[in-house]
Parts: sequence; C-alpha cells; structure tokens
Amino acid sequence: MPVIDVKHDLDALTLTIVADFAAPVERVWQVYADPRQLEKVWGPPTYPATVVDHDLRPGGRVNYFMTGPEGDKHAGYWLVTAVDEPDGFAFEDGFADLDFTPNPDLPASRNVYTFTAHDGGTRATYLGVYPSAEQLQQVLDMGVVEGASLAINQIDDLLAS
Amino acid sequence: MTEQSEDRADAFFHALADRTRRDIMRRVLAGQHSVSALAAKYDMSFAAVQKHVAVLEKAGLLTKLRSGREQLVSGDVAAVRSVASLLAELEQVWRGRIARIDDLIASDPEPED
Repeated sequence: MPVIDVKHDLDALTLTIVADFAAPVERVWQVYADPRQLEKVWGPPTYPATVVDHDLRPGGRVNYFMTGPEGDKHAGYWLVTAVDEPDGFAFEDGFADLDFTPNPDLPASRNVYTFTAHDGGTRATYLGVYPSAEQLQQVLDMGVVEGASLAINQIDDLLAS
Repeated sequence: MTEQSEDRADAFFHALADRTRRDIMRRVLAGQHSVSALAAKYDMSFAAVQKHVAVLEKAGLLTKLRSGREQLVSGDVAAVRSVASLLAELEQVWRGRIARIDDLIASDPEPED
C-alpha cells in the first residue's frame, strides 16, 4: 500500500494522508492535470466520476459529477486557489447543482495537495480542512447516503488489502 | 487521533466489516424499514438478520423503534456523520483514490532506457 501516514485532527477538522508513489512528481501531477486520468481515480468503481470542465489554474474551476448505481448523479466542483506546477495545488471542493452552480448553503472543504520528490519516487501529502463541525454536519446531511455508501464500498477494498 | 475517537472508529469499522451489515446500512440510511421487511431481503433467518441489526445498533449506527408488533429500523444519520466517523469515511475515500492512482501509474508502459 502506498499510504504511509494518516492523521485525523478532530478539533481542527483536518485529515492528512501521506502516500508514496513509484513515479516522478511530473507523472503524479499529470493525474490531476489530465481530466481523463482524474476521472479514473476520483470516484470509486461504484460511483465513477465524469469531469465536465477542467481548468487547473488559479481561479479556475473543475466541475464533475459522480454517477451512482441507481443512475443517481451527484455534482461537485473545485475552485482552484493556488497552483505550483508540478509541486502541488490548492482548491476548495464543494457541492453543486447538476448545472454546476455551487450550492452556497454548503461549506466547501479546503484542500492542499503537495508532491515532492522522495527516494526516486513521489511523496504526496493530501490535506483537507472543514470549516466547523456544524458545517461538516450540513455537508453530511446532504451527502450522507452517498458518502456512507462510498465509504462502505471502499471498506471492502480496505479489508481485502 | 485521541484514544476515544480511535475506539469509536474501531466500533464503526467492526460493525461495517460484514457485507450483510453494510447492505442493511445502505437500506436504512435511505429510509425506515421494519426488521421483517429487511429479513425478507436476505437468504438467512429472521433471527440472523435481527442479530446483524443488533450489532449495528450497538455501534450506534442505527436506531430501533417499536411500532405495534413491528420493529422499525432507521440509520442514525447523526452517528454516521459524527466527526470521527466522517474523518474515517473520508480516509477510506482518499485511500481509494490513492490506490487507484497507484494502479494507474503502474499501468504506464515501462520507459525505454
């Protein structure tokens, strides 16, 4: 497993995961810079992602939806806030209507992805921050069935590994 | 992560470390079901399904309510959305993405030297 460290900070509502990939930083960057590669990795097999718009520049938007087993669609967006190609980027990840209008009632998480050369490969650090427990609950009210199903399906993989 | 939150995460994963219980959670998060209606969905005894429901109830993932002769089961959205379980869920989502990136990179053709 490439994951080497996980930190949950319940007070700061922060999740940090560090993973090592056996490829140069430029290759890992490509996964995010290429919408066709991004959609291969963003959604699990049960909720595949379709990236509709992809502008990985500061101020740019990435719009995507995920399609559930019942054909149900769930839209989300990234608002790209900083880019340092190929070393990382930062974005807000939020819920949207199916026309990709961000839902202003739902808080977006702040995410910072960092890629550094390490031992001939890439060390990727994924950081996600939620604004408050109350807002986190709001997010979950909206996405609880989807979120729980996603997680539950991926527990299968976790237990199999 | 504090020990208490680790314990909660343990209970959460244990309860969900079973295919039938995960399937029950999907159903009861989407809407209230009676235990007998749930039992009818599985090729196992009523008592066996009732036992799975009890494990999920003990982990705080669902609640049971008696209505006449029926026991009605609902997914406990508050429990599923607790901060600890949310971060545990997110971790699984992210681990899934990382595993898929790893697979994608591994499928690249070998560079020629």
